Amino acid sequence: MSDKKRLDLEYSTHDSDKMRINVGPQHPSTHGVLRLEVEVDGEIVSEVIPHMGYLHRSFEKVCESMTYPQIIPYIDRIDYISAMNNEWPYVMALEKMMDIKVPEKVEYIRVIAAELNRIANHQIAVATFGMDAGAFTPFLYFFRDREYILWIFEKLSGARLLYNYFRVGGVSGDIYPTFKDECLDVIKKVRKTNAEVMDLLIYNRIFIQRTAKIGILPADVALSYACSGPVFRGSGVKYDLRKDETYSIYDRFDFDIPVGKGEVGVKGDCWDRNIVRMHEMEQSCKIIEQALAQMPMEGDVTAAFPKKIRPPKGEIYMRAEGPKGDLGFYIVSNGSDKPERVKARGTSFVNLSVIPEISKGYMFADLILILGSIDIVLGEVDR
Amino acid sequence: MLPNEIYNNLKTEFGDAIIEYNDAQPTDPFILISTGMLFDICHTLRDNEEFLFDYLMSLSGMDLGENVGVVYHLYSMKYKHKLVLKVVAPKTDPKVPSVEMIWRSADWHEREAYDLMGVIFEGHHNMIRILCPYDWEGFPLRKDYKVPEIYRGMKVS
Amino acid sequence: MENANFLYDLFGKNIITIIIVICLPLVFVLVYALIAILAELKISAWIQERLGPMRTGPWGILQPIAEVVKLLQKEDITPTNASKLLYNLAPFIIFTGAYAAFAVIPFSQYFVPSGINLGLFYVFAIGSISAIGLVMGGWASNNKYSLMGAMRSVGQLISYEIPAAMAILSIVVLSSSMNMQVINQAQTGWFWNWYLFGGPGTIAKIWVIPFTMVLCLIYFISSLAETNRVPFDIPEGESELVAGFHTEYSGMKWAMFFFAEYANMFVVAAILTTIFLGGWNSPFNTFMQGPIWGSFWFVAKACSIVIVQIWIRWTLPRFRVDQLMYVGWKVLLPISFICFMAISLFVMLK
Repeated sequence: MSDKKRLDLEYSTHDSDKMRINVGPQHPSTHGVLRLEVEVDGEIVSEVIPHMGYLHRSFEKVCESMTYPQIIPYIDRIDYISAMNNEWPYVMALEKMMDIKVPEKVEYIRVIAAELNRIANHQIAVATFGMDAGAFTPFLYFFRDREYILWIFEKLSGARLLYNYFRVGGVSGDIYPTFKDECLDVIKKVRKTNAEVMDLLIYNRIFIQRTAKIGILPADVALSYACSGPVFRGSGVKYDLRKDETYSIYDRFDFDIPVGKGEVGVKGDCWDRNIVRMHEMEQSCKIIEQALAQMPMEGDVTAAFPKKIRPPKGEIYMRAEGPKGDLGFYIVSNGSDKPERVKARGTSFVNLSVIPEISKGYMFADLILILGSIDIVLGEVDR
Repeated sequence: MLPNEIYNNLKTEFGDAIIEYNDAQPTDPFILISTGMLFDICHTLRDNEEFLFDYLMSLSGMDLGENVGVVYHLYSMKYKHKLVLKVVAPKTDPKVPSVEMIWRSADWHEREAYDLMGVIFEGHHNMIRILCPYDWEGFPLRKDYKVPEIYRGMKVS
Repeated sequence: MENANFLYDLFGKNIITIIIVICLPLVFVLVYALIAILAELKISAWIQERLGPMRTGPWGILQPIAEVVKLLQKEDITPTNASKLLYNLAPFIIFTGAYAAFAVIPFSQYFVPSGINLGLFYVFAIGSISAIGLVMGGWASNNKYSLMGAMRSVGQLISYEIPAAMAILSIVVLSSSMNMQVINQAQTGWFWNWYLFGGPGTIAKIWVIPFTMVLCLIYFISSLAETNRVPFDIPEGESELVAGFHTEYSGMKWAMFFFAEYANMFVVAAILTTIFLGGWNSPFNTFMQGPIWGSFWFVAKACSIVIVQIWIRWTLPRFRVDQLMYVGWKVLLPISFICFMAISLFVMLK
């Protein structure tokens, strides 16, 4: 099978009326190294071909030569913006295979860490989306707030962005004394900034004109492309793994699942996906408040650590709701302490596949916004 | 529906194409099917009123020594049940029918399985590499893969 | 015809006078550009809750000088296939178009470099030269992105000149003169004599006040479009086209583009001040009125308009090209026509 076929394909179907533009790999707005080959007819996009692999770090191959705990830092780097949510399905999968029950306190800490990371991720998503549309200021407001969250994580796990915090059977370290107050403080700040940005950006007439009725993703197309997360919920489908396939202790919390309703445009457009993220930040704040109230203060977070992580021969597929959608790990164990195969089902990899479908017929300026509304991170696309 | 019920239903419908049902703990139970009937079985799984597996969670390539395998993880939005399907093909002739017409998400997953594991999906509209460069030689995720010395005149360390 | 430049009286009409007259606004524009760069950096920082440049001099005051030095020492790159003559000429043509308008802007009672009777008409004619420079820059760079940016910008500039011209025309009708100095002098007195509030006249002018206010707003919005500022900065569309028509420029040529943009901002602010906000007149009748006070008031008013332009840049997202055209042709133009007709009716009936 000749791989050179692809290179010929590009030029043989070239229609001389249309212009081929490369967006990326280096570009202020592709959120990473992604190359989009766009065929435009004047300003209207007629075809989009994504080329990826610039950030391929052969994660799956590397995992086969490392022990299970050694893999956890690599997992952080799949979706480097929300690393806590990455580690969770992996350790959950191993805990299920080895039949380990984690202490209560660990569950609460995991929930709080994951939800804080969800807020941090959505802050970046909305901020960069606004910047794509030309509004520079909300970007700085969100990054300022994100700093507070990163300071909490730094005190909790030792790192700002790539934590290596979750372990099989628990977490690596207990919370520090002022954790609860700092989290409540951060929540207050996040709520305040969100209210401000809603006024400044989200309900701004110009922003609505730019993002409503653009990149409409019907629910059945999203289902066929296996989209998940705010991309799926923006099309009106109320599906969230935290409620539909409850894992950990999410059944103890009272929170809502925001969906896109086509409030200012058509259901499933860019504005809907964005507003889903804004509302999800508020829901995460609610979850964190409840978790902090219910969390037991005593308990050893390292109590359930197994002596040796050697899962029995078998395989498992475990997924959890990350901020971008459901991130899944397929782990095949052959009884030794190194896995036989670890496959990471990257959310952004699947979400990105929808771009050629939903950007046809829109203008070139809209393509950038559509890409921003899908909220990809190249670490997940390429692994 | 539980996986063994699904297995029984499929067995009555497709007979010999369903090779094996393996539910040894702590594995997820999986159904091994033959490559020839894969497309029809998947079509039934998606459209049959009892199954309605409309969400392909993941499609992975596997290196099984002398064979290559493909693992499908399916999910149903309505009934909220899951299923694991496996197919096996020999490495000398690693051809598996493509299911991208059934679940659009299979498109890129199959390209990745081809790229990294060398499984060729028949019927795919664009069977080319996706993560490695388009003119890369070899299938990196295989156990017997040797990293090439030179790529396009550059030394690969 | 009051343009009696007191320098002419002092030195007589000879070459030295003319050179001084030409250079004074140039010096002013240079100093203003440096301060505008600093203002943009600092104001954008304060809006975004940060401090801006703080290390170059106390509170970052010397930042513009650092920027100029940096730009002077950058390598001057010309793309291989670029059309050399046009590529090198483009930044200077844009700057010429912006600077030439300074010839008719009255800085104070006694200082207007050339008080011709067709002042406003001249400003509009000369301002269109910038559009040519923009297209030259975009096309001569031999770059798809620059070309797209240039084409978008031409459409934008031409579309928004019309509502701006209608706004100006209405005031010309009200004041029955195109001479900038005459318009300025008509607004002497308290601030309600400004054309923003209907111009000098009796209380009967209350009918025309809403229209002049709307016209002032229309002119301000068109001026944002004329100077390629957000929300109309599609030609520079950072997120989409890397840097639009000036992608391929570096060093001093790029500096000229930005210098021209700041000069342009001041020109449109100056015209808005002269026509709507009373120019060099003090708002408090005779208090703080006089030739030197005149320059102070003029510069202060124009600079506050510039600050509002900077403020808007960091607050609003940007328009898409077709939405921009929609706003220009289908919203601003009809409204400006209606206001023009209303004002003409008022003048006829007066």
